[in-house]
Formats: sequence, structure tokens, C-alpha cells
Amino acid sequence: MSQELKRTNLYRWHVDHHARMVPFAGWEMPVQYPPGPLAEHHLVRRSAGVFDIDHMGQVTITGPDAEVYLNRLVTWDIGLMRPNEAHYALLCYDHGGIVDDVFIYKLPGRWLMVVNAGNLNKDYRWLQEHAGGYQVAVKDVSAETYMLALQGPKAISLLQKLTPAQLAAAPRFTAIEDKVDGVPAVIGRTGYTGEDGVEIFFPAEHARQIWTAILNTGRTAGIEVGPIGLAARDSLRFEPGFALYGHEIGPDITPLEASLEWACRFQNDFIGREALLKQKENGVAKKLVSFALTDKGVPRQDYPVLSAAGGEEIGVVVTGLYAPTVDKYCGNAFVRSNYAGIGTDLQILIRHKPKAAVVIKRPLYVPAYRK
Amino acid sequence: MKLDAKAKYQDTHEWARREGDLIVVGITDFAQESLSDVVFVELPEVGAVLEKGEIFGVVESVKAASDLYIPMSGEIVETNVTLEDEPELVNSDPFGEGWMIKLQPSDPKQWDDLLSGDEYEQVAQAEE
Repeated sequence: MSQELKRTNLYRWHVDHHARMVPFAGWEMPVQYPPGPLAEHHLVRRSAGVFDIDHMGQVTITGPDAEVYLNRLVTWDIGLMRPNEAHYALLCYDHGGIVDDVFIYKLPGRWLMVVNAGNLNKDYRWLQEHAGGYQVAVKDVSAETYMLALQGPKAISLLQKLTPAQLAAAPRFTAIEDKVDGVPAVIGRTGYTGEDGVEIFFPAEHARQIWTAILNTGRTAGIEVGPIGLAARDSLRFEPGFALYGHEIGPDITPLEASLEWACRFQNDFIGREALLKQKENGVAKKLVSFALTDKGVPRQDYPVLSAAGGEEIGVVVTGLYAPTVDKYCGNAFVRSNYAGIGTDLQILIRHKPKAAVVIKRPLYVPAYRK
Repeated sequence: MKLDAKAKYQDTHEWARREGDLIVVGITDFAQESLSDVVFVELPEVGAVLEKGEIFGVVESVKAASDLYIPMSGEIVETNVTLEDEPELVNSDPFGEGWMIKLQPSDPKQWDDLLSGDEYEQVAQAEE
């Protein structure tokens, strides 16, 4: 059934600025702007880029049982979170497969959960179905909440010119409620590029105001900043090793297989815990690895992975691309666990031709501020 | 959309230009613009003999791989090895430094079947 694509409040801006628009998770989104994905990628690594990510879903959870309820739903122990902190977590099925990956913000009087655009309806149903017996209110606030990301080494100094909030005093993975360009906003020191930066939440009617304020402020302050499309967003998230639903994670993939055990707190009785503990005990059959081609070629999703010695099929590529910052043809693949060791030689079958590759250490890229 | 006045075209977005007895082939400015950032070009072995319309290589952009179709039958006599390290030349100079192969045509009359610049422009505009 064909469904009309949704458009963000910045749709007209994107079209007027010659973005190439594509269907993505039910939305019509900019995949690239005139500079192109490689230039956009390098701009974020070098200075700052702004992303329209309003397609992402936002859900608030309130009520006296909110914390207990959330701790049953997500893999992270949110009881460890202090006020105004943010943390990555997973929603799992009973069998341990992943419903979605989410970011949770502990804000005054409410929890805010950010979910993937294409999973919003599924996640919202899942959250509601499991709310029985708890005094909680789960509310989808996606329509009224706009979400932008500003990422890059210069992102904080740029945004500081638009907000009275003391951004430098807020470490990574915290959130501040203040104003941006006079508009009440939640500023999360979070993001999906590996760079320093923020994700900003504010009333949707101010989308164009804040977007253009960021771009204009960059221009007047001499800070290079530009809009970034989905193509660069993908290469930016790949290099620091962030998972993408439908690629590195999904209903048939567990957090242990996806190297996301760090996001699971087994002291907590979350949905899926039993299955994951069993898998932990027995070991995983497949494991996520990153690889780099030593032959030339571009690996793509679904290409088979073969053993270097016997040419036996041992896995499949889930993300494959040219990685601009590390300047290599790379990818992520699920392979049989005994082929997951760093330095293992593999072959990727690219258009029926085997190309040599090697398992490399993740992440491929660590930004300077984290070293 | 830029065109090369000396070239002829085919509707799969390759251009062909005469260079003495040889035919030089690349992809058009319209094609590189549609593909956006080219990150890899796979070219045939020198000595390969191909029929008009056969796939002679693949051009990969950030998001997709696209086949390249040979505009005239013949033998590959040279490939642009510079593209191995600088595939971005296809974007920056599609009719010049971004050329892909040179071929010795086996049926030079096939030149007459290729599209003129005006004809190709109409094909490209219809796809926009």
C-alpha cells in the first residue's frame, strides 16, 4: 500500500536550497545538498554541520511508576541516571532480538525517549502494550517536537552564540533546558556522528527560525557550517561504529551479536534478559565485525562474506561504503563468531568476484576530543 | 548540463569521442551530476573484446553502483588507471580527465548510430 510521504517543516527550505529529496522511513528527506555527501561529511569532521532530523520520533513517559516501567522496557539501568542525563539503550523482545535502539533523557518531571523514524508506531505500540499495571502516561510528542542536530568540533562554540545556557559546563550525555534563539529548548549533548555537538528539541513551529539562526550565526561568526543530508549522516555514523536499525540491529539480531552488550545491565529484569543471559552463557553464533577491503571495490549491504581460505560463505555485509575520514572501502558484517577476530582475512563477494578484506578494530574513527 | 560538442552519446549516459582510429569513452556531465560523489570506478582489462551494449565496467557513487555500457563494439586498448586513485575526476572533469576507456572499434559505422548532443540532451531532460 502506498502511503503519502511526510514532510518536515523544513521541506521547503531544503527544496529551495537544491537538496536532493528521497523517501526515507515514510518521510521525504534531504539525502544531500549541492556540496555532495563527501564534502558534507568532511565539513562535520572539520567544523560543523546541521541536520534536520525531525523524522525521528519522540515519546515522553511520565507518572509515579515511570522509572520502574522504563527499567522493565529498556536494557540500560536508568536508575543509574542522574537528572538531566541522557543514555543509549535498547528495547528488546522476549527472545532477545531488538525492537529498536533509543536515547533516553531524564528531564525534570519527565523522561524523553527518542526513537527511529521508521519504528515510531511499532515502538509506541510496544510501550503502550507493556504499560499495564504501571502508573505511567506514555505520549507520542513527535508531531509537536522538532529535532535538529548540530555536530562537529565547532558546534558548541557556534551554538553558544545562540543560547544563554552554559554549554561548556554540560558534559557529553547531559541535557539542559534553556532557550535557543529565544525559543525554549532541550539541548542534549548527544549526536550520531562521533563528533562533539548537540541534539536540540523545541516547538515545531520554530523549525525554520532556529535552522536559519544556526546557519546565519555561523556565517557572521566565521564558523563554517552547512546542512548535512542522509548520505553523509550514514558515513558519519558508520566511522565511529554507531548501529543503524535495519543494518546492524533488528528483530533477528541480539545486543550481544551486535556488540552492544555495554548497553545492557543484566542486574535489571528487562524484557529479553533471560534470552540474552542464555546466549551469553552459550556464546553467540554470529558477531558484528568491521572490515576494510585490501582489494579495491565498494562493498554493499547484502553482499556475501566468504572465508579467505576455503571460500565458504560465513556471513553477510550489513553496511558497506567508502568511509571518507579514514579513506578506505569498509563495512560492517555479521560473520560466524570464529571469524570475528581482529586481523582475520575475509573475502567479500562483490558482483560475483571475491575481493580480499580484513577484520579491523572498531571504531574506525575516534574524534580528537575523545582521545 | 554540459555537453562536449565533439562527442556522441548513448541513452545510458556514456559519451564517445574519436581520437584518431580510437574511440574514447566516459560518462556524461548529466550522469556524474545524477550519481553525485563517485568513489570507485571498475574498468575492464586491456585486451577485452566487447560488443556494443555490453557492460564494460561499473561506476560507484556514495550510495549506488551503476553499470557502464560500451557504445561501440571493439577491443579495449587503454583504460584510465588514474581513476583507481582519483575516481573524483569523473565528477570534476567527466569529458576530460575523467575519461574511462579507449577502444579500437571493430565496426566503425556504429558511430553513426550514436546520439547527437541535441538528441542526448532531450533524453537527459526527460529523465530529470
